[in-house]
Amino acid sequence: MGSRLGAGLLGLIGSTPLVELERLSPSPSVHLFAKLEGQNPTGSIKDRVALAMIDAAEASGELEPGRHLLEPTSGNTGISLALVSKLRGYPLTCVLPANVTEERRRLLRLYGAGIVESPPEEGSNGAVRLALELAEREPSYFMPFQYANAANPLAHYEGTGAEIAAALDRVDVFVAGLGTGGTLMGAGERLRETFPGVVVAAVEPLPGDAVMGLRSLEDGYVPPILDVSKLDRKLLVSNEEAVAGLRLLLDREGFFGGVSSGAVIRAALRLAAELEEGVVVCVLADGGWKYLSADFWETDDVDASMERSVWW
Amino acid sequence: MTRVRIPPMLRSDVGGARELEADGDTVGDVIEDLVDRYPPLRSQLYENGSLGSFVNVYLGGEDVRTLAGLETPTRNGATVILLPAMAGGL
Repeated sequence: MGSRLGAGLLGLIGSTPLVELERLSPSPSVHLFAKLEGQNPTGSIKDRVALAMIDAAEASGELEPGRHLLEPTSGNTGISLALVSKLRGYPLTCVLPANVTEERRRLLRLYGAGIVESPPEEGSNGAVRLALELAEREPSYFMPFQYANAANPLAHYEGTGAEIAAALDRVDVFVAGLGTGGTLMGAGERLRETFPGVVVAAVEPLPGDAVMGLRSLEDGYVPPILDVSKLDRKLLVSNEEAVAGLRLLLDREGFFGGVSSGAVIRAALRLAAELEEGVVVCVLADGGWKYLSADFWETDDVDASMERSVWW
Repeated sequence: MTRVRIPPMLRSDVGGARELEADGDTVGDVIEDLVDRYPPLRSQLYENGSLGSFVNVYLGGEDVRTLAGLETPTRNGATVILLPAMAGGL
């Protein structure tokens, strides 16, 4: 954990554990490692991004003391920003889809953050659209905007990716969930510098019909920080497969992950099965705690129980 | 024949179907077959003759942009899924 005395809670962000998942590795010559991002102070990888965005905005002078922050998020980034902004003295309002789990809303309220709900049927795109509208109407807001902020991939270049490169002698496949693209762009680029042949693989959720409420494909959204040409693989994982992955992590490794961790482990196992030997590293972005109230843990029809919400 | 899953916002262009079958040796040919039969799809899926940036096309659960694009050969039993590009992030 290094020497972190004196840096306070924000000093505990990053330098997360990297563990080998021996029981899940498909063969003795294929090694599967997981970066446990749920070990960050608020329980997700987004602590890295929130701290990096605020540090960058303070350093550039863009973020004056006491200015009100606004951010679209499906929860974790908001919770991470809530921690950082509380300690640094900024009020925060998060725009999140109305159908996120109650744990997220409650945590944000406990931290003192304001919540604006976006239409559930518009998914994360709706939160982005509404936040951009609010920021335009009220210029006093400062919006870090993780989807377009270079500090997001940079946090993963200097943090997540560098930590993995320092810990391992070999990485053949790097697997992470695709949301804003920050982890894949930043850590992917850093890993390519040390391991030029590494395959950078993105894992995407297959959204339920009920959260794809776009009028046309032109209302789609590609985060400005995401360059798909820098991805070697891009795999779709259904909610049902993601939950199967969560159960596998729990049953075999005793690890309690969030929904995207389940999807990432499924994809990582698919990619590991293509190797005769090598090292696969996957990023497990959060733990399962903020999903405990969800219905999918105890139902016969996982897909039906999940199709009305955004999960990651 | 290849099964193609249609996202909600395109279903009104194909008579409400959630899934269709189409013919072609490549993903591009399969989409051409669909567009021939349902012409309103063309302007939704293409942008200056290539796949629109807000359209994601998957074959067997993998984005064709990281395979051989529209030249990706179809495979027996592998479904094509069309999806809008969506913001994610935890």
